Amino acid sequence: MEKIIVLGATSEIAQHTQRILAREQKEMLLVARSAERLRSVAADLRIRGARQVIEHTTDLADISQHAQLVTFVVENFPDFDSVLLAYGSLLPQERCRHSVELSLREWQTNFTSAASLLTLFADILEQRGSGCLAVITSVAGDRGRSANYVYGAAKAGLNVFLQGLRGRLYRSKVRVLTIKPGPVRTPMTSEMPQGKFFADPESVAEDICRALERPRKEILYTPSYWRYIMAAINLVPETIFKRFSARQL
Amino acid sequence: MMNVTFPFNDVDRSAPIRPLERPREYFSWGRYPRAQHESVYKVYWADQVEAILAISRPGSCLPYGLGRSYGDSCLNAGRSLVDCSRLDRLLSFDAKSGLLSCEAGVSLAEIQRITVPRGWFLPVTPGTKFVTVGGAVANDVHGKNHHRAGTFGLHLARLRVCRSDQGIVECSPWENVDLFRATVGGLGLTGIILAAEIQLKGIPGDEIEADAIPFQSLSDFQTLVEASDQEFEYTVAWIDCFSGGQTRGIFYRGNHADGFRDAHKKNWSIRVPFAALDFPLHRYGLKLFNSAYYRWKSRRGSKARVGFNEFFYPLDAIRDWNLLYGARGFLQYQCVIPEAAYDVLQEVLSKIGRDGMGSFMAVLKRFGRPKSPGIMSFPRPGLTLALDFPMRGDSTLRLLDELDEIVVQNGGAVYPAKDARMSPRTFEASFPAVDEFHRFVDPALSSSFWRRVTGG
Repeated sequence: MEKIIVLGATSEIAQHTQRILAREQKEMLLVARSAERLRSVAADLRIRGARQVIEHTTDLADISQHAQLVTFVVENFPDFDSVLLAYGSLLPQERCRHSVELSLREWQTNFTSAASLLTLFADILEQRGSGCLAVITSVAGDRGRSANYVYGAAKAGLNVFLQGLRGRLYRSKVRVLTIKPGPVRTPMTSEMPQGKFFADPESVAEDICRALERPRKEILYTPSYWRYIMAAINLVPETIFKRFSARQL
Repeated sequence: MMNVTFPFNDVDRSAPIRPLERPREYFSWGRYPRAQHESVYKVYWADQVEAILAISRPGSCLPYGLGRSYGDSCLNAGRSLVDCSRLDRLLSFDAKSGLLSCEAGVSLAEIQRITVPRGWFLPVTPGTKFVTVGGAVANDVHGKNHHRAGTFGLHLARLRVCRSDQGIVECSPWENVDLFRATVGGLGLTGIILAAEIQLKGIPGDEIEADAIPFQSLSDFQTLVEASDQEFEYTVAWIDCFSGGQTRGIFYRGNHADGFRDAHKKNWSIRVPFAALDFPLHRYGLKLFNSAYYRWKSRRGSKARVGFNEFFYPLDAIRDWNLLYGARGFLQYQCVIPEAAYDVLQEVLSKIGRDGMGSFMAVLKRFGRPKSPGIMSFPRPGLTLALDFPMRGDSTLRLLDELDEIVVQNGGAVYPAKDARMSPRTFEASFPAVDEFHRFVDPALSSSFWRRVTGG
């Protein structure tokens, strides 16, 4: 992995991942919504050693912009070998669950637009017969909980989408990496009570970079103990689980 | 059918930042005093700072970096902190001129890690690298090269400050000079520092040619300083404050050595896992440590080539060493005494010795002439002594009050960055410019320290 496109480059996890990649002198094309924030992130990465940093500003949740993004990539960063999809949105569940509009927005950001981008990039890499699509989903997509099912539903959809995509692309030697972080200390969760279960974005970023370099890695739980926690949670019968699923972590 | 329209320009995605839900406890390095904060804002982007200041009540906020101030100058009991440690982006670096521009939450450790292999060094560095640039400016920190280079503030080309009443203001030695001079050493009260431009210093290598020379009295120390400050860029002394009438210690001096040997990679550290019981730093423990340290250092050959981390940041190798002082925390005391008053220093040291309150690391250094632009800057020509004392209640506080008395009477000053208890009178005597400084304090900002020393 030498040339990576990061979609949602100003997300906290993405920023820390990019810092590690910069130290390893990778080249990157960063896509984010705020030009000003992206500029400071890109400047930082250049000083930290990134060989090349290209900035592109667009609202990734807006599907109508996706074709233009792909054109930009083809013109400016044609020989990329990896894509990291890192953006997402987590509005307070209490607000979403009674609002169809807010829920649709969450799904638009977290699932529909992500699936759209993956469809476009999958075609490029499939034709080329190499590369990696890495996508940050969430442990929230492994089982629906009362506390976050609007968000969780989108992430679950994304997980299934990625499973299918993996099956389609493995013949063309394109790897699909599903990244499932537990709760992480980021701006996205800053309004949630942050218990002991919260991981630091730095350590999540380290796990992601390690997984990017391991060609056989397909599903990454980070921190790794979430694999076991979710395995256990998935064993709990629904009749029991429903009684506890409202609790915050 | 509901339409989803673009862009999502409602409040949700550019929402005004809200305080953290159930934040961790924010300490100062001495862990005394402890403070409950009403709220903590963690900022991730410079643009969020303006929004926070815009909605904050008068005197409600204080920027917080890595919490290395010892006392209460980084605390704001009952009010709000703005945690700026994530404003840690480097904004530009000219590898030819050594001019670095960065956000204020960048730590000195990060700067050294990135610039040292490229031949650039911090012009001034304190004894720990785990401070932010903003904190280094706000306390106008000094280091072992004060006699040559002066304070951190002397090497700033520009600051970007966010104020509740003026928005974002650029200031420098040439532009908005008054605000610049108030912000350097301004304890974070003149606005939240967003970014700084620092002129780094070119170095021939990443190691230090260091000398360690034992001395047996203050006059020996004086002789060593006189002989060394000309030829050595870095000088400092450690003293054993349990040694009775004669003050013995180790004098360190050093210069940058030629050749890069990846010294930034030699950077091991261990971590203190939890607040210790009091006894390791009990009087006898301290006494034992001090005399063992003296013997060890005076036996080892004096000349050595060491990595810069080892020379500048020996204590950083023990992460969270402040926990060794136990649950009650400790107080650091640093004063400066004008050079004419050498015997005053002896008086201070004997007093400490008599009270049996001696310290783990007592450090002595002669400040030089270079004058800081900061009107509230602490360093001034003279001898500076820094000590730490385990917090043992009233007796500790009483001793420090007595030391204040001696220092102030002799025209000295006490260092706010390390203070948790000085009186308003001591503060005013130490900082005659405080009346002028008041004008520059941002109406939205305050600190526990500031309220204590101004009675506000």
